Amino acid sequence: MFKELMLWLEGTPLAMLVSHGQFGFGALEMIHVTATTFVFGMITIVDLRLIGLVSRDAKVSDLYRDVIPLTWAAFVVAAITGTLLFISQARAYSANIAFQMKLLVLLLIGLNMLVFHRFVYRGIAKWDHGSAIPLSARLAGAISLVGWIAVISCARWIAYLMY
Amino acid sequence: MIDLVLWVASLPIGQALRRISWLVPWLQVVHILANGVILGAVVMIGMRVWGLSRSQATIAMARRFHPWIWGALVALTVSGVLLIFYTPRRALLDLAFQAKMWTMVVAVAATLALLFVMQPERQGAADKAGPHRLASLLASLTLVLWVGVTLAGRGRWFAAMMTRMIQ
Repeated sequence: MFKELMLWLEGTPLAMLVSHGQFGFGALEMIHVTATTFVFGMITIVDLRLIGLVSRDAKVSDLYRDVIPLTWAAFVVAAITGTLLFISQARAYSANIAFQMKLLVLLLIGLNMLVFHRFVYRGIAKWDHGSAIPLSARLAGAISLVGWIAVISCARWIAYLMY
Repeated sequence: MIDLVLWVASLPIGQALRRISWLVPWLQVVHILANGVILGAVVMIGMRVWGLSRSQATIAMARRFHPWIWGALVALTVSGVLLIFYTPRRALLDLAFQAKMWTMVVAVAATLALLFVMQPERQGAADKAGPHRLASLLASLTLVLWVGVTLAGRGRWFAAMMTRMIQ
């Protein structure tokens, strides 16, 4: 069932355009890597502030509002290009252990972000300024930072574990 | 250029790297992460000198991202040089790589100029909030160039396509 679905995805006109077009895959991959690199660079700034390692004289909420919209924009670009790259070789990617791990880590990062927003960020007024950051916020920052490093590591390994 | 490739390929460091080939993807990961840190730091400096940051739109607040750039540049250079040693032919003879190198030279020059105009003694009493024209211009240029460098890092397909078109 899953294999049929992957095969069907690869046969869709959009996937064919990516896999057989003159520069579909290369161009998409170029944008995908650049957007992901950008997401990592931006989110690291917030993560390190949450952990309490840098810019402790800056308000977390200000930094957050500076960084997050741009990061989301880049993430959307990475997600769209990533999906297109995936459908072009759905069977190979879905069977690739590095790809599976990358998706799993992305899911964990998403959960981490949800928990952070729902429970930790709400009480930010108490620790917005200064270095007395609660453990929950430090933990959220650390999980996000390690998670994104893992995502990029898995992503790089996908190519080495293909076929 | 071929002589250079052959010479670099003959160096013991490249031979050692080729023996521990699992190291290469990790060097590439370090290279990508360092690239990301530079992009992030340039955007953060940019947001401050463009006057787009929520609260810290001063040059002084932007200056704290300088160490990020220096650190990332070191990591980027070390990992990049090691990767050249690993596959000199693939790197040095590739058009996309050459384009990346030239863009990077200009990007580093723009970055240094940006850091220079942000020095305290050059800003002096002008260390106030709001947009700063020269720094703004340099920050925009620096960002565009670094995005170009990042794109060129995955530009092999483009160089190959251009080569095919010429032939």
